[in-house]
Amino acid sequence: MPEPGPLPRPVRASLFVTCLGDHFYADAAASAVRLLRKLGVEVDFPEAQTCCGQPAFNAGRDAEARRMARHTLEVFRESEYVVLPSGSCASMLRRFYAHLFHEGDGLSGQVADLAGRTFELAEFLVRVLEVTDLGQGLEGRRIAYHHGCHALRELGIREEPLALMTNAGAEVVPWAAAEECCGFGGLFSVSFPQVSAGMADRKLDTLADAGEVDFLTSADCGCLLQLSGRMRKRGQELAVRHLADVLWEAAGGDS
Amino acid sequence: MEIRSREYPKRAREGGDVRASVTGATLTFDAHRRAAYAGVAAEEWRRWAEGVKTHLLTHLDRYLEEAEERLEANGARVHWAGSQEDVHRILSGIIKRRGARRAVKGKSMLSEELEVNGLLEKRGVDVLETDLGEYILQLLEQPPSHIVGPAIHLSLDEIRRLYHETHGTEPDATPDELAAVSRVILREAFLAADLGITGGNFLVAETGTVALIENEGNIRLTTSAPPVHVALVGIEKLLPRWSDLAVFLQLTARAATGQPVGNYVSMIHGPRTAEDPDGPEEVHVVLVDNGRSDVLADPEAWEALRCVRCGACLNACPVYRQTGGHAYGAVYSGPIGSVLNPGLAGLHAAMPLPFASSLCGACEEACPVRIPIPELLLSWRRRAVEAGMDSRAKAALLKAWTAVATRPGVYRAAGGVLHALPEPVRRVPLPVVGGWREVRADPEPSRTSFRELWREGIE
Repeated sequence: MPEPGPLPRPVRASLFVTCLGDHFYADAAASAVRLLRKLGVEVDFPEAQTCCGQPAFNAGRDAEARRMARHTLEVFRESEYVVLPSGSCASMLRRFYAHLFHEGDGLSGQVADLAGRTFELAEFLVRVLEVTDLGQGLEGRRIAYHHGCHALRELGIREEPLALMTNAGAEVVPWAAAEECCGFGGLFSVSFPQVSAGMADRKLDTLADAGEVDFLTSADCGCLLQLSGRMRKRGQELAVRHLADVLWEAAGGDS
Repeated sequence: MEIRSREYPKRAREGGDVRASVTGATLTFDAHRRAAYAGVAAEEWRRWAEGVKTHLLTHLDRYLEEAEERLEANGARVHWAGSQEDVHRILSGIIKRRGARRAVKGKSMLSEELEVNGLLEKRGVDVLETDLGEYILQLLEQPPSHIVGPAIHLSLDEIRRLYHETHGTEPDATPDELAAVSRVILREAFLAADLGITGGNFLVAETGTVALIENEGNIRLTTSAPPVHVALVGIEKLLPRWSDLAVFLQLTARAATGQPVGNYVSMIHGPRTAEDPDGPEEVHVVLVDNGRSDVLADPEAWEALRCVRCGACLNACPVYRQTGGHAYGAVYSGPIGSVLNPGLAGLHAAMPLPFASSLCGACEEACPVRIPIPELLLSWRRRAVEAGMDSRAKAALLKAWTAVATRPGVYRAAGGVLHALPEPVRRVPLPVVGGWREVRADPEPSRTSFRELWREGIE
């Protein structure tokens, strides 16, 4: 497998680590930086970034969501690309910010502009950098992949992460509930804990039918927290890793 | 329509006993739906169907008048019912005039919404549900828990026990044997009934045709054996043209059960005539509003009226799967219920249904008429917030979070505190953690935040 070639022109991308990524998956976010750099991307990290506002938006609190969105719009105003280790937060910027601003707000143009520059990590690699072969670092790995709902249904990301892993030698196991919601849903997970846990259990029970896997991965920190939290509560032992970490390993990096 | 959704959180907490039955049934329905969509140009069909229903709803006055005119020309009687009381008055009039004592009913969610069985009993009419699932529920005195499969929350063993106790069947009777016993009872009722009551899947304005989809043949008998047939039809169930029906019949069957078309499709134009001597003496079509006009006038809710009641969103919904329909405390459960009930019965009565969703979008993907259910849920959430109906604790939390997240210095400092806390304490980072840790192990924050890693330098 040839090493990825040099990019036709220098690409600059800002990492939007997201609030959950910042505090719960910091090492995976660092892996994303290393991976992007290895592929020739010049990565920056605007330090004023905070939360995209999705928790407030999903709670019906548009006023609060709009304030966080304004902040985020300003933070990434100059970025060539904005790359997120999260399909959910990427959809917030790309799909839902448009619901918060209207003609006459003076910001709808900026919203559309940001939407056009925003990508989830795996999607950025495949669609923007046009990289599908990262290396052979996942040779022999059996992986379960959970599709986050927003990545899948709002952004249409299905094949990108799978291709990146399988091209690196991994087997992504067939999993009956791979495309079903894990039950996180932000504040939903704490408002309706039994329903949320039942949803996670359906994922985890069907995963057992998929046979032995080395680890479970996904592009979304919320889903990972939900699934790993439920797994540990049930006494189920399986490594849960962020996709960024797995892709860095695919490219030959230390995981 | 009385709804009691306030107890949803409690019911959801305790709802685990139906999970296996509901999960099994909905996954089967959903798999069949996917396979049936894959067999046709489903995306095109769905967009087309969305367009037809949108056109219908934006020209509803015109098509309602056309439907009335055609039905009357066919010899059917048309009744306009603004409310449940109107429906009850109309039915009471028919019962009195005909001296009706026995009624058979086809499965109809609208009749549940309008509490028709209660009215019939009050008027001294014996009513028998003739859909097998509804018949079982009538014996159990339970409401339906699903739009298409009303008794999917029951296990085969529960039904065996019920039939053993009520009809004396063997405790291990097969489903075929149970159906055979029901068939005998139902057949006698069809022949003895004075009145047949159904809903209507569609009402074609161009021809004045009520179309009904079913699999058991009970609706065919309900609409043809008794001397009087009353069809209750919601005003949103119209279709403009006869030719629209061809696609809607197929799309609805595919969405509901994965069938290319229902086993039986009955198309009712009107009563028997000299040229067509079969069928009832009288056909009544009751056009029911009961809150629908208000929903239609609501720019952020009206799209829910495209619904054809196929139940595909319930089958696709991982939230519905956990509890079944009864937890919702309303006739319409699942994703479509959570966006219809606030419009039909009022947001206050429907709380907290708009919040009982992870917004995963599986419903919208399954919907044959592309109702943007997550978007409608968000709209109801916004209105609940504006009306002060949502939890104060959540409001306070999100306001505080916004204050932090719009001040990068404060945000960084707060993150620093989280990572500096001693191990047992930092496992409790937020006040919402109660609902989290009830069912999950505590989340484990990273050793340090990413932004500190970045400052240190990432090699």
